[in-house]
Amino acid sequence: MSTALDIFTVVSVAAGALFFLAGTVGLLRFPDVFTHIHALGKADNLGLGLVVLGLLPQVNGLLAGLKLVAIWLIVLLAGAAVSQMIARAARRAGPHA
Amino acid sequence: MAEFLFATSGFVLLTVALGLVRILRGPADADRMMAAQLLGSGGIAALLLLGAAAGVDAVIDLSLTLALLAAFATVAFVKFAATPARGEARADDAA
Amino acid sequence: MIAAVNAGIALLLLGLAIWTIAARDTFAAIVGFVAYGLLLALAWVALRGVDVALTEAAIGGGLTGVLLIRAAAKLRATEAASNAERPALPTRLAAAIMAGGVTAALALVVLRTAGPAPTLAPEVAANIGATGVANPITAVLLAFRAMDTLLEAIVLLFALIGVWSLAPDHLWGGRPGARYRADPDGILAYLARLLPPLGIIVGFYIFWIGADLPGGKFQGATILAAMWLLAMMAGLADAPPVSRRWLRAALVAGPAAFIAVGAAGVGIAGAFLGYPEGLAKALIIVIEVALLPSLVLTLGLIMAGAPERTAA
Repeated sequence: MSTALDIFTVVSVAAGALFFLAGTVGLLRFPDVFTHIHALGKADNLGLGLVVLGLLPQVNGLLAGLKLVAIWLIVLLAGAAVSQMIARAARRAGPHA
Repeated sequence: MAEFLFATSGFVLLTVALGLVRILRGPADADRMMAAQLLGSGGIAALLLLGAAAGVDAVIDLSLTLALLAAFATVAFVKFAATPARGEARADDAA
Repeated sequence: MIAAVNAGIALLLLGLAIWTIAARDTFAAIVGFVAYGLLLALAWVALRGVDVALTEAAIGGGLTGVLLIRAAAKLRATEAASNAERPALPTRLAAAIMAGGVTAALALVVLRTAGPAPTLAPEVAANIGATGVANPITAVLLAFRAMDTLLEAIVLLFALIGVWSLAPDHLWGGRPGARYRADPDGILAYLARLLPPLGIIVGFYIFWIGADLPGGKFQGATILAAMWLLAMMAGLADAPPVSRRWLRAALVAGPAAFIAVGAAGVGIAGAFLGYPEGLAKALIIVIEVALLPSLVLTLGLIMAGAPERTAA
């Protein structure tokens, strides 16, 4: 059982790391603010989400697990709201500001 | 397992650092506003992995604090950096 | 592997530090500084100093970042002019030599220190039972070095007075910061309604576990103050005028309670801030609970800034 859980952790955490890599590649390759926000969203939502999912079997106790999920939800919520605010600020500033 | 988590923590940190370099170079302020958010998610992921690898449970509380403050810092960045130099009252940016 | 990750963190820290100093754009430098604070928290975790990491994340990352960004926003209008001005070569050389000299002197002092640094850790470990708290950091801060903590709380009050004193005369006693009008359907108002309930729970939780685990009043108060300011920025709450009596009373209540407990110690335990046998933990909790609201108000109002509007 514990081997199966460890395999789950490795697969999930590795997939999460891959999304962080994808987010960074997007930041480096995409041309402007709006596409950067798009790339960043991938790292936020899936990267951290998969890392949290993978770490769930490794923590001690229910409370620690709940806190892990809460961390992801807070980052998700903040990321979604803040992306909109940044996009609006960028649009008001104009294309080359 | 600890070795793997350590390695992944380092890997995530490296990718976040690379992304940070791109964002910090701008040129738009809006790019830089993303930095706190990128650090919020990437830094927390690296931190959680490091804590799990080292067996430090308190890292979860630290990450919880960081998640809240990163959200707050990003809002403050957008709000204040996008504010014109005069401190006058004005409508909600996010409207 | 562990050594490689640690070396990577150290290199990143150095790189970010240099970048922050070299960046000419103020906003970019501030973002770099906040990133530096977060990385420093990571380094403290690698050193197993989670308590320090938590403080660094709360104060260094969140609070200082917001203070700096507010200052930068105020300086925006004059930034282009100051950037266009380039100091003469001798001035820059002198600055580089002086800064380099201080760094070299510090490095020399650290590297020349012979043997392990003197430590009181064994004594703390031997006497921690008397305080009743399990987290050695809290025991040191509130029992063995309580005076430092008291003075820290008072210094914060002075900092707030310093911020307030930047107000122009006719606005003295008014409300701090700009008034943000709420857009009830805006995304910021949405975030400012959802996040603070979670943040308040987490803030109190971090405050409460401080007795046994990394956490405590400063870190908890920072989170609570951040949630307050978030509501202010979204226009859902307004900062109180700084002339309100209840506000002034609440600001000094915490440090005053701390001083009262300390003064009582003179009579009961024979020393200022001495705790009587068996009552140490109870008194530490009284002090922490009394300090929390004052700290939340102080930190929140420091971030909110100097009075910019009349009290009406």
